[in-house]
Amino acid sequence: MGHTLAEKIIARAARRDSVRPGEIVTAKVDLSMVHDSSGPRRHKPMLEQLGAKPWDPSRIVVVTDHYVPAFDAESAAILDLTRKWVREEGVDNFYDMEGICHVILPERGHLRPGIFAVGGDSHSPTAGAWGCFMFGIGATEMCGVLVTGEIWLKVPSTHLVRWTGRLGQGLAAKDVMLALCRNLGLGTVKYGVVEYTGSAIAALPMAERMVLTNMAAELGAQTGIIAPDRVTVEALAAVGVSAPDASSWQSDADASYAKVWEFDASVLQPQVAAPHTPENSAPVGDYPDVRIDQCYIGACTGAKLEDLRMAADILRGRKVARHTRLLVAPASQRITAAAAADGTLAVLTEAGAILMPSGCGACAGYGAGVLAEGEVCLSSTARNFKGRMGHPGSKVYLGSAYTVAASAVTGRVTDPRPLLAEKAAA
Amino acid sequence: MSPQTGPGRAFVFGDNVDTDALAPGVYMKGPIDALAGHCLESLDPGFAASVRLGDIVVGGENFGMGSSREQAAMVLRQLGVAAVIARSFAGLFFRNCLNLGLAPLECPDAGRILAGDLLTVDPVAGRITNRTRSQTYACEPIPAHLLEMVSDGGLIPHLAKKLKTQKRTS
Repeated sequence: MGHTLAEKIIARAARRDSVRPGEIVTAKVDLSMVHDSSGPRRHKPMLEQLGAKPWDPSRIVVVTDHYVPAFDAESAAILDLTRKWVREEGVDNFYDMEGICHVILPERGHLRPGIFAVGGDSHSPTAGAWGCFMFGIGATEMCGVLVTGEIWLKVPSTHLVRWTGRLGQGLAAKDVMLALCRNLGLGTVKYGVVEYTGSAIAALPMAERMVLTNMAAELGAQTGIIAPDRVTVEALAAVGVSAPDASSWQSDADASYAKVWEFDASVLQPQVAAPHTPENSAPVGDYPDVRIDQCYIGACTGAKLEDLRMAADILRGRKVARHTRLLVAPASQRITAAAAADGTLAVLTEAGAILMPSGCGACAGYGAGVLAEGEVCLSSTARNFKGRMGHPGSKVYLGSAYTVAASAVTGRVTDPRPLLAEKAAA
Repeated sequence: MSPQTGPGRAFVFGDNVDTDALAPGVYMKGPIDALAGHCLESLDPGFAASVRLGDIVVGGENFGMGSSREQAAMVLRQLGVAAVIARSFAGLFFRNCLNLGLAPLECPDAGRILAGDLLTVDPVAGRITNRTRSQTYACEPIPAHLLEMVSDGGLIPHLAKKLKTQKRTS
């Protein structure tokens, strides 16, 4: 009986020939990532209490993205503490207000297939798109990693999710994930691994694959993973990472899965999740008359260059509806620069979009752009839990950047496909 | 925490209680006692004010889903909650509970517990006693090495103890 990709990475990190689901092992951590909210502000007092130092500063990446830019004295103090800590501890991999941690990691060449990593954030599974095993942990547990360089885990079983066919025009990885949240439910995977495969996945660029692994968190998975292929290797080369062993980080043909799920991408409709859970999704046509106060294109899973281009495809030559506002927070500074260089940003701002800083912002209810009681938002982010983006009495719907942009034009939840077709015909 | 706790009053919630409900993002930059005052307010506005030392939170499936923010477990401890019982837990929240010295008990019969029931909990034996209804439920026992960490008050006090022992023996 063979092994899944996740099992192979865990075995390597645990210095074992092989592992099986259910075994409890201790693994060596190749990379640990923390941000300003979960990071130094929490670890510093714990490390002091223990009289301990980080085990290996070269394996630590620190990113400020939650409280950026500072919006009051408390958030400024959190950022100040973070900057001082990385200097004191000699952490060179520090990215200050340069983008969201899950996007920064691959953008700056910290990921390669086969690494075992932990992150102080629940969307850490994002790295799985690059063939890594990375999962989120709390700040206390991260402190344990910083002291020992190790972490225990119960080897998870893997669910194989296969998407055959190909996504149609106006569809995106977000639609795939919202459909999966409904079909699998949020508790089915039970802290297992979701491995994505199939022709529809192979056709996706890395940024879109990252949406799938990112939102494995919403499925209740410990992490998501996609075996590296030519697209992965080329994207790694573009950021200066060579991965000669990429082809060895694959699941065996006779690997054992907890369950194999099959879906056809060709028949998928654009999806929208209604408040207050991503599981509450349905085809966009099921929302005939939902008025929107705010459209939000942002976050680790909704504002990469590909998302901004999707929005621009819709918004070119159009305007945001008068009673609606469209906020766009590109996921990193480099993405902002690339979108400025290729004209994407100009299309968005000419349509009336309001450009926001790169950071987690309103998605986590931390920064600017949060909602008032009774307000309705359509967002390209990952979560729409009650009160997450502001007042508990606000309502958040989720959709792809296509759907968010199309809905910004009409002021109501709107299928992006007719708008794209109009463009094509014109 | 001591191996056996109780009796505590049950505060009962449904499926998929998320970390934004437990620790709302808007209050995350403040101190833990201020954050605790908003714990679960979107589901039960009176919860933080009425919960007392030794009380027990009960949920359905996938309790603690969402963020990695361990403040979701920390605020429950801050409010004096002795244990969390649920039909199932989100994996990340489950780990955070153990790391912060709060016992997470997976119990298939969690749905039989009603608000206000008086419960005692034995995480070693894997047993929950409902005194109000004279019922006993089995729960997943917490493995010894993890229960030791919970009893020490969580990972940091546990590591401090271990580091001290290492120094003595080296």
